[in-house]
Amino acid sequence: MSKSSETRYAIELKDISKMFGSVVANENINLSIKYGEILALLGENGSGKTTLMNMLSGIYYPDAGTISVAGEEVTISSPTDAIDFGIGMIHQHFKLVEILNAMDNIVLGTKEKYLKPKVLKDKILNISNKFGLEIEPEKKIYNMSVSEKQTVEIMKVLYRGAQILILDEPTAVLTPQETEKLFAILRKMKEQGSAIIIITHKLHEVLSISDRVAILRKGHLIDTVETSKTNENQLTELMVGRPVSLKIERPDMDEKKTILKVIDLSVMNDDGTTGLKNINFKLKSGEILGVAGIAGSGQKELCESIAGLTKVKTGAVLCNKENIIGKTPDEIINLGISMSFVPEDRLGMGLVGSMGMVENMMLKSYKKNKGFFIDKKPSRKLAEELVKKLGIVTPNVDTPVRMMSGGNVQKVLLGREIESNPNVLITAYPVRGLDINSSYMIYDLLNEQKKKGVAILFIGEDLDVLLELSDRIMVLCHGEMKGIVDAKATTKEELGLMMTGRSLEGVDLDE
Amino acid sequence: MNIFLNFLVASVLAGTPLLFGTLGEIMNEKAGHLNLGVEGMMAMGACAGFMAGFITDNLIIALIAAFAAGLLGALIYAVLTVTFMADQNVTGLTLTIFGIGISNFVGEYMLVNSKTNSLKLPEQITAQISNINIPALSDIPVVGQLLFQYNAFVYLGIVIAILCGIYLNHTKLGLNVRAIGENPGAADAAGIKVTKLKYLNVLIGGGICGIGGAYCSMIINGGVWMSNSVNGLGWISVALVIFASWSPTKAIFGSFIFGAFNILKYYFPKTLFTIPNAFYDMLPFVITALVLVITSIRKSKENSQPASCGVNYFREER
Amino acid sequence: MNNINKKAKEPLMRTVKRAERSKMDTIKLRIIAFVLALFAGGVFILLIGYNPFELYGTIISGAFRSEMAIQATIKFMIPLLISSLGITLAFIMQFWNIGAEGQIIMGAIFSSYFALFHSDWPHLLLLVVMFIAGFVGGGLWGLIPAYFKSKFNTNETLFTLMLNYIALHVISFLRDGPWKDPGSSGFPKISRFDANAQLDKIFGVQFGWVIGLILVVIVYIYIKNTKQGYEISVVGESQATAKYSGMNVKKIILRTMILSGGICGITGMIQSSGSDITLASSVAGGVGFTAIIVAWLANLNPFSILVVSFLFSVLEKGSSVMQSTYGISTYSASVLQGIILFFILGCEFFIRYKFVFRNKGGARA
Repeated sequence: MSKSSETRYAIELKDISKMFGSVVANENINLSIKYGEILALLGENGSGKTTLMNMLSGIYYPDAGTISVAGEEVTISSPTDAIDFGIGMIHQHFKLVEILNAMDNIVLGTKEKYLKPKVLKDKILNISNKFGLEIEPEKKIYNMSVSEKQTVEIMKVLYRGAQILILDEPTAVLTPQETEKLFAILRKMKEQGSAIIIITHKLHEVLSISDRVAILRKGHLIDTVETSKTNENQLTELMVGRPVSLKIERPDMDEKKTILKVIDLSVMNDDGTTGLKNINFKLKSGEILGVAGIAGSGQKELCESIAGLTKVKTGAVLCNKENIIGKTPDEIINLGISMSFVPEDRLGMGLVGSMGMVENMMLKSYKKNKGFFIDKKPSRKLAEELVKKLGIVTPNVDTPVRMMSGGNVQKVLLGREIESNPNVLITAYPVRGLDINSSYMIYDLLNEQKKKGVAILFIGEDLDVLLELSDRIMVLCHGEMKGIVDAKATTKEELGLMMTGRSLEGVDLDE
Repeated sequence: MNIFLNFLVASVLAGTPLLFGTLGEIMNEKAGHLNLGVEGMMAMGACAGFMAGFITDNLIIALIAAFAAGLLGALIYAVLTVTFMADQNVTGLTLTIFGIGISNFVGEYMLVNSKTNSLKLPEQITAQISNINIPALSDIPVVGQLLFQYNAFVYLGIVIAILCGIYLNHTKLGLNVRAIGENPGAADAAGIKVTKLKYLNVLIGGGICGIGGAYCSMIINGGVWMSNSVNGLGWISVALVIFASWSPTKAIFGSFIFGAFNILKYYFPKTLFTIPNAFYDMLPFVITALVLVITSIRKSKENSQPASCGVNYFREER
Repeated sequence: MNNINKKAKEPLMRTVKRAERSKMDTIKLRIIAFVLALFAGGVFILLIGYNPFELYGTIISGAFRSEMAIQATIKFMIPLLISSLGITLAFIMQFWNIGAEGQIIMGAIFSSYFALFHSDWPHLLLLVVMFIAGFVGGGLWGLIPAYFKSKFNTNETLFTLMLNYIALHVISFLRDGPWKDPGSSGFPKISRFDANAQLDKIFGVQFGWVIGLILVVIVYIYIKNTKQGYEISVVGESQATAKYSGMNVKKIILRTMILSGGICGITGMIQSSGSDITLASSVAGGVGFTAIIVAWLANLNPFSILVVSFLFSVLEKGSSVMQSTYGISTYSASVLQGIILFFILGCEFFIRYKFVFRNKGGARA
C-alpha cells in the first residue's frame, strides 16, 4: 500500500500498456492526476488517448501496469468498477438508449432501489441546478438535440457521485458559445474538488481550459507540461515529433468565374423536418468556399442535393446555365461535379471497407465500359499511381481498405475524386480524424486543385482551419444560410453567433 | 349465443400454447436475441413434460421438467450467441432442427419400449390438467364458463404474462434488460452486467417456451403422446411477438386472437359461403405481415423490435 | 463516499479480438472444427449405444454403396444446392432472406400449373415454360419483401418468414380445392404429373443436378465478375456508399431478390417435376431452412456450397440407411445434424476471437 503523499493524487497510472491484436495502442504510460485540477490529454488521432481513458473507465482492460485511485491500487475490470471508484466517463459517441427518457438513462444501471418517477425527477433537478446544467428529465432522448444529449451524459456521471470526470472530445459537437458554457461548468466542478481529464486534439481549447497537458504520440506519453508555460507551437511539436508550420497556405486567384449557382434551394428530410431552406449562393472557380455550422445544420443535405443524391423540394442548382436538379447522380458525375463526404465512421460512405483499393477505385467508374462484366484493369492502374503519388501506406492494392489507417483511407477517397478531374469539388470533413501531417497534405491537395481553377466547397468542423483555408465562408444553421463572409475579415465569434442562428446584418458577400 | 361462448372458450384454449411461446420469445428479443429456435424449445419441453408426467404422475414435476428442457435448449443457444457470438439466425434454426429431433427421438424410444406401444398420461396428472372447477364461481352462467373453467395451464400462462410485464416495465432489472436490447453499448457503459442479464432472459424465455410445449403434448392430444405435437405453433409464436408489439400484456390478447383464427374454421357459419380452410390457416400470418408493414410505415420507435435485436454484442469492439 | 479500499480480481475470462487471420489459417481452423464436430456427434452415438465408427461408416457407405444409393444422394442434394445458391445472392447483399422455403413453394406452384393443365404441349417447350414459371413464381415471392424493405425498411427476416407459411397454405388451398385430384379419395391430393411434364433423367438422376452444377458456375461468375455482382457486394456492405457512387439501391435490392427468389423458385420446379412428379405440400420440406445453414457454413461461396450441400446430403441419405440397418429412429439424424452444427458454430468464434484467462497475460495475439 502506498503512503498518502501531501498532494493526494486522484489517479496514478504506472507502466500501463495495451495491445489490440498486433497493434500497440498504449505502451508504458506513467501519468498522475490531482484532485481539483483539469488535465488535458492531447494527441493526434490514433495516439492512444481514448484507449487509455477507456481503461480507466473499465471498457478495456490493461495488458500490463497498475492503476491507483486516491492512493490505493485497484483493478478496474468493468464499467461498474470504474463507477464504484468514482470515475465517470462522458463519451464522444453518446451511450444513450434512444427510446427511454433522460431520467431512465441517468438512473440506468445504478445500484440503489427503485425510485418513483416524481422522486427521481426532483433528485435529478437538484443535482443539475447545483452545477448549472439545464435538463428536462422526462424528455425522450430521440427528441433531444446533440448538446441536450451531452448534458444527459454529464448528468449520468454526476448522479453517481463521480469525483473523477473524463470527457472525450466533448466540444466536437458544440458551437463556440456552447463550448464556453461547458467550460464554465467544468471550472465549477474543479472548484468543488473534482479531477477532470479532457481528451482533445484542439490546441486552443487545451490552452483555454486546462491546468496541465499530457501529450501522447503513437501510444507513448511524450511529456506533461504546465499549460501556463507552453504555447501552440510547442504543443504541436510535442504532438507530431518535429516542428510544424501551422500556417495554411491561401493562394490568391484572379480569374474567378461562377461555375455553380444555387438558387432558393429547399430540401425536406425523410422524417418531415426541414433539411435546407432557401439557400442561395454562387460557387466560383479557383476559390475555396468554406461551410461552417454545427453538425446537422444541413451540410449533408447541401452536399447530397448538389450531387443528386437527395430529392429537392424547390429551387435550382445551375451549372453553366443548366439546372442539374433532377439529374441522376451518374449524370452529375459526368458533368464534372465530384463529391467526397467523409462521415464519422470514415468507411461508411465513399469506400467499401472489405474491398481493396482497386475495387474502391471502380466505385464511380465501373459502368464506363460496355457490357455485363467489370474491367478492373484501369482501376488497378489508377490505384498503383495513387499509392506512389500520395504516399499511401498499404501492403498491396488489393488489401481491404478497412485495414488502413484513417489518414491513408482519406487519401484514397480524396485521391479518387481528384483523379476524375472535376470542375467542382465538394468535400466534407476531409481531415476528420487525421493526424497533422496528413491534414496538411490534404490542404495542399485542395490548394493545388484551387490553383488549377477547380471550384471547391469545403465543409469542415474546425473553425480555425476554415478561417485560414477558405476564401469565403458560408454559415449554415438549422438548414438556413445565415451569411457569407470574407474569411480574411471575419472572426470566430462572428461565425459562432451565426452558427447559433443570428443572421448577418449588412453586406452579404455574394455578388 | 352458446356457440359464440364455446368459440371464445376454444379460442382461449387454442391460444394458450401460443401465449407461452410468445412470452418466451419476447423475453429473448427484449434482451437483444432473435431466437428462431422457439419451435425446438417447445418441442423439447413437450417431450420432457409429457415423459415426466407419464413417469411420476405429478403435474408439478412435469412442469418443472418442461421448463428445464426448454431452458436447456435456450442454454445451447445462449452459449453460442452470447459467449461465442455465433450468428443468431443460424443458431436458432439449428436449435429448431435439434429440438424437434431430440424430442421425437426420445418419444419414439419411449414408445417402442412401452408395453402397449402407446403412451397415455396416468390418472392423477390427467385430473390435474383437466378443467378446474371452483365451487360457486364456475357455476355462474356465461361468466363462469368464460373465466373459471379452464385448465391450469391457461391461468399459469396469464400469470406468467402479467409477471413478465411487471418485470420488464416496472422493475430496475427489467429496465436494464430493455436497455441491453436497445443499446448494449450504453447498458455496458452504465455498468449493467450485459452478459449475465442476456443469459437470464434467454434462459427464462426458453423455460417458458418449454411449458408451452408441455401444453401441446399433454393437452392437445388428450393425454396421448404423439410426435410433432407442437406442429408449427412455435413459428406462429414468433409472428405473434410482432403482432403483440413485444408487450407481454398485449400478448395475452394477441394469442387468444390468433387462437381464434386457428379454430375459426370450425365455428364460422357455413350458411353464408364456404371459406376454404387454407384461408383460415393463412390468416395469422397474413395479419402479422400486415402488422409488420404498418409498423414500419409508422416508424414508431416505441412499438418496434428492440433496436439491437439480432446483433451480438462485443465490448472491445475497436 | 464509496469504499475504494478493495482489490477487485482480474476477470476470470474475457474475450479479445484477434489480428486478422490468413486465409490458410481460417480454412485449417474450419477443418479442425468439422473434425471436432464429428467427434461430438460420435459421443451422442455412443450414448445411444452404438459404435460411432461403425455408424459413421454406415452413413458414408449408405450414401455410396450402390448406383441407386449415389443417385439418391444426388437427388437429396439438388434442392439444397440450388436454393443455397439463391439464398447466397440475398445474403451477400445483407438481405436476410429466410423465405427460401416459400419461394421454392411458389415456384413449384407456378410451374405445376403448366404441368397440370398444359401437359399436351411439346415436351421441351413445356419444360422450358415450367422452368420460367418456376423462376417467376419464386421471384415474385422474393420481390414482395424486397419492395417493402426498400420502401419502408420493413424487417425482412420476419416478413419472409411469414410468407413461407402463407405459401404453404396456398398449396393446401389448391390441393383441397381447384386443383384437387378428382380420383383421390379420403385425403385430397393433387394428381400426378403426366410423364410429358416430368424432368428427364441423366445418369439415372433427374435433370436437376445438371442445372445445379451450371448454376454454381453462373452464380460464381455473376458475383465475382459482373457489374451487377459488384453492385450487390457494395450495397451489402454499405447502402450509403452505394447511393453515393450513383447506384440505384432500391433497384438493386429488388433485382437481387427477384433473382434470389427466382433461383429458389427453380428449385421448386425441379423438385415437383423431377422428384415428386406432383405438387405436394412437402415440396420444400424444410430445405429452405437447411439451405440457410448451408449458405452460411459455405461462407457464401458457390463452390463451397457445392461441397457443403453434398456433405449434408450424404448425412441425409446415410441416415435413412441407419434406420433400415440398425433400426435407429430417423430423428437421430436431426439430432446428429444439430450437434455437428452447434459445434461448428461454436468453433467459428476462434477464427476472429480468443479467450484470455486470469493471470495469463495476453498481450500478443
